Amino acid sequence: MTDANARIDETVKANDVVLFMKGTKSMPQCGFSNRVAGVLNYMGVDYLDVNVLSDDAIRQGIKDYSDWPTIPQLYVKGEFVGGCDIITEMTLSGELDKLLEDNGVTYDKDAAEKIREANKG
Amino acid sequence: MPMHAQELEDLLRESFPDAKIVVEGDDGVHMSAMVVDESFRSMNRVQQQRAVYAALKGKMDGPNGALHALALTTKAPD
Repeated sequence: MTDANARIDETVKANDVVLFMKGTKSMPQCGFSNRVAGVLNYMGVDYLDVNVLSDDAIRQGIKDYSDWPTIPQLYVKGEFVGGCDIITEMTLSGELDKLLEDNGVTYDKDAAEKIREANKG
Repeated sequence: MPMHAQELEDLLRESFPDAKIVVEGDDGVHMSAMVVDESFRSMNRVQQQRAVYAALKGKMDGPNGALHALALTTKAPD
């Protein structure tokens, strides 16, 4: 297992929610990363943000680890959940709420409802 | 070099001959693609999108690949 792979594996297993992104949760540096980080921040989810821009080995390693070619990538309890499109769809459909609940991850249900309300129509 | 909507559609058509494919985006960089295919019925979203990314492997990825800006929607026919 390469060093990057091992580090990634360790990180996703040691933290309930991990977002591999471009930039940080307070300073996203890509529209797609910004959207996912924004949803998680708004929903009050406690997560570890890993800035792939500051570590090229991780930036490439994460794509091999999950066999997924783009960033951001969200992991809950060590499982790859999806990229920006999937997280957006899951947020709007309520599947993200369910996934967090099933994994005992606390979040703000009202905030999730507000996101859905705002995106209606 | 940016890829155009038609090229992307042709690429997807190769792997998903019977799918309904809608590709939009004319600036050659930011594009959206929707693929509706029977093969997706048994797959969850991650598996569906992995199948589409696999179809585009080597053609769009890489640091400046256009894949970064591809908004993807996949589903099985209703």
